[in-house]
Amino acid sequence: MFKIVNREEMAEGTVVLNEIEAPLISRKAKPGQFVILKVNETGERIPLTMADTDPEKGTITIIYMVVGKSTALFKALKVGEGYQDVIGPLGTPTHLEKVGKVVCVGGGTGVAVLHPITRALKGVGNEVICIIGARTRDLLILEDQMKAASHDLRVCTDDGSYGHHGFVTDVLKEILEEGGVKLVVAIGPVPMMKFVSKMTRDYNVKTMVSLNPIMIDGTGMCGGCRVSVGGKTKFACVDGPEFDGHQVDYDELMARLQAYAEEEKESYDEHCALTQ
Amino acid sequence: MTQAAQKPKKEKIPRQPMPEQAPDVRARNFDEVPIGQSPEAAIKEAERCLQCKKPVCIQGCPVEVDIPGFIALVKQGDFSGAISKVWEKNTLPAVCGRVCPQEIQCEGKCIVGKKGEPVAIGNLERFVADHERKNRNAPLPEKAASTGKKVAVVGSGPSGLTVAGDLILKGHEVSIFEAFHKPGGVLVYGIPEFRLPKDIVFSEVAGLEALGVKVAFNTVVGRTVSLEELFEQGFDAVFLGVGAGLPTFLNVPGENLIGIYSANEYLTRSNLMKAYRFPEYDTPIIRGKNVITLGAGNVAMDAARTALRLGAESSRIVYRRSRQEVPARGAEVHHAEEEGVEFFFLTAPTRFIGNEKARLTGMEGLRMELGEPDDSGRRRPLPIQDSEFELECDLVIIAVGAGANPLLTRSTEGLELNKWGYIVADEETGKTTRQRVWAGGDIVTGSATVILAMGAGRVAADSMHKYLTLGW
Ligand SMILES: Cc1cc2nc3c(=O)[nH]c(=O)nc-3n(C[C@H](O)[C@H](O)[C@H](O)COP(=O)(O)OP(=O)(O)OC[C@H]3O[C@@H](n4cnc5c(N)ncnc54)[C@H](O)[C@@H]3O)c2cc1C
Ligand SMILES: Cc1cc2nc3c(=O)[nH]c(=O)nc-3n(C[C@H](O)[C@H](O)[C@H](O)COP(=O)(O)OP(=O)(O)OC[C@H]3O[C@@H](n4cnc5c(N)ncnc54)[C@H](O)[C@@H]3O)c2cc1C
Ligand code: SF4
Ligand code: SF4
Ligand code: FES
Repeated sequence: MFKIVNREEMAEGTVVLNEIEAPLISRKAKPGQFVILKVNETGERIPLTMADTDPEKGTITIIYMVVGKSTALFKALKVGEGYQDVIGPLGTPTHLEKVGKVVCVGGGTGVAVLHPITRALKGVGNEVICIIGARTRDLLILEDQMKAASHDLRVCTDDGSYGHHGFVTDVLKEILEEGGVKLVVAIGPVPMMKFVSKMTRDYNVKTMVSLNPIMIDGTGMCGGCRVSVGGKTKFACVDGPEFDGHQVDYDELMARLQAYAEEEKESYDEHCALTQ
Repeated sequence: MTQAAQKPKKEKIPRQPMPEQAPDVRARNFDEVPIGQSPEAAIKEAERCLQCKKPVCIQGCPVEVDIPGFIALVKQGDFSGAISKVWEKNTLPAVCGRVCPQEIQCEGKCIVGKKGEPVAIGNLERFVADHERKNRNAPLPEKAASTGKKVAVVGSGPSGLTVAGDLILKGHEVSIFEAFHKPGGVLVYGIPEFRLPKDIVFSEVAGLEALGVKVAFNTVVGRTVSLEELFEQGFDAVFLGVGAGLPTFLNVPGENLIGIYSANEYLTRSNLMKAYRFPEYDTPIIRGKNVITLGAGNVAMDAARTALRLGAESSRIVYRRSRQEVPARGAEVHHAEEEGVEFFFLTAPTRFIGNEKARLTGMEGLRMELGEPDDSGRRRPLPIQDSEFELECDLVIIAVGAGANPLLTRSTEGLELNKWGYIVADEETGKTTRQRVWAGGDIVTGSATVILAMGAGRVAADSMHKYLTLGW
């Protein structure tokens, strides 16, 4: 068992953080990599990015949004309990290079995925501006951490309850207008990544996104995670999850994420009925 | 049973049938198709063996099981004696008895088969293994004194399990590292329950653990731990038995529509993740009404038969060559046909068609004809101009072969690979181009069979033992 040693709830309990004992993985993990977790014997294999690692303590941290049955089961786990299986680190690590001015854009739980990448990009000497957004103030996560991980943090809320009133793309546009941006990293809901990529294409700024297709093994043996990038089929679990945002077929990704919409609902409804 | 079968005249005994679930019943459940034979039937089958002085059957078995030897013991009713005899050469008889392509191996050579049906060697092997698993009478093989050497086995498929079994008995310490959360490799994630119940595989692995083999799951060598680190941790030798786990796609338009799976994904969802028991198990699977499986090997048969069990109204195999070239075991093709799988030969897919939600609704195929033989010696299928036609379907499973997964090999230095990415290993020893590293099974040969993977494991284990006691 992979024991949970620390647990926090954020964004009104819709987002949960688990720090998990996984010494082998924590020593190996690099920014941008993920793990696959299986909660118990009957559980499915769920990919989540490592938001942080502590090699000395031998722990990894995941931050996930509760969206369906599996993440609801994860949420029910208490400190001292744990996951039956954790596999990793998986995926190709973020390509870290000093390029100059970098803008990191995060939405929803994408902020959790973005956090270690932002910190690492700053670590190699880039000037990092961060834009994070949420629907409303109470759903915003990791504000302090993102502030620390970057040189300049801008916050947006869709309803104007905090920071800029509007979308992350509004703020991004302003920064792009100023010029000098060498790289944009965008991680969040697929529509957000799609719009960011569309915008940066107009400004001719290289853009990296992190994709979240449905996965099983995470080692390149099933092809379930295939995405189209530049007209070619790629396996997100081994070739990614980070790709050139200008090359990604977002519509295909969005459709494929709906592959099990009915089954997911059935699974979740049954779970809710049982736990009521 | 007919009267004639009970007469003592030896040559008159017909091959004892293997009782099976009726096709219409079994096509809707995941229970094993053959039910297994009674001791009486097994003894009677054993009586059919002529106990040849020069048993040609043995030449047909890649691991050279002493076939007349164990059959003679079955005939005497000494089932524990028989299993011990089989174990001398084959550590997974319950598996091999079920999945070996006997018709081209041991039984294909059997002399009795020249004029009638061969001795049912596979069924007998299965019988003694199942009997032993239920009764546990045979003494466990003896372990040699500890050598103090440590061996790492990467992958827990048949090749890895064989290496582990052989080397633990020779007194070495053995640890298996497996990427998945369950052991068995293809035996567990690929071959369906109705052909090979998973409990059989798990019980074999439990047997190895009882002998002292350690199994670390969730360990992706090349990611969680590297080959270098295994040596740093004090392992003296490493065996790579990572299989050929890379799905092949067709590069045909529309291939990423929802409802198109690689056979690996489809079978892994169903077998390893138990999606056939959704929602009791959490992993979902698309249950197609009109299912097409592309390819005609064992993998394709397994996929097409799984689709029926998951409720398909029609399950069709579409193959670009003709019936003569079908690579699957005869028994599997027969089982599939009995269950209602239909075959479309000389047809190749050209395009997949989807609806506005990107869900598969059909496949466009092209008729083929056979031309001159190709590299594989089989006649090459050639497209017939303007012969396109459409087949309605809501699930397509692509089972046209597998390749070498580069995850480990790409991250490991000093391992020579061939042009397809398989590891180059010496046939006689299993040695790779890297010191203290051996390899065998599908990652060396490409997709083959369980018993060949076990044979490669045996060869490597012998060589590893020599190295551990004498040097490289
Ligand atoms: C590489 C990678 C990293 C990710 N990192 C994070 C993260 O750090 N934080 C976070 O909140 N989420 C992350 N996700 C998404 C997360 O995996 C899904 O939200 C989770 O699987 C939902 O499972 P569920 O059963 O609770 O919901 P479900 O009801 O099953 O599904 C809800 C949504 O999740 C998607 N989904 C379902 N099963 C899977 C699966 N096996 N693999 C991937 N997606 C699936 C579905 O398409 C659907 O849109 C990541 C995904 C990937 C591929
Ligand atoms: C659906 C299907 C049906 C088949 N039917 C038959 C049949 O009826 N009869 C027959 O004889 N043969 C059959 N075969 C072929 C047979 O199963 C294989 O030839 C055999 O399993 C190969 O054994 P192996 O030990 O080389 O590898 P595998 O069985 O492939 O096992 C490899 C193992 O290594 C693990 N692994 C991979 N990479 C890593 C890594 N980096 N770190 C740690 N672990 C890793 C994998 O998870 C897996 O468990 C079938 C194959 C399939 C796919
Ligand atoms: S291992 Fe396979 S080939 Fe050998 S005797 Fe047994 S069934 Fe036949
Ligand atoms: S060839 Fe056939 S008859 Fe002869 S020993 Fe082998 S199994 Fe028996
Ligand atoms: S998750 Fe199976 S290949 Fe990527």
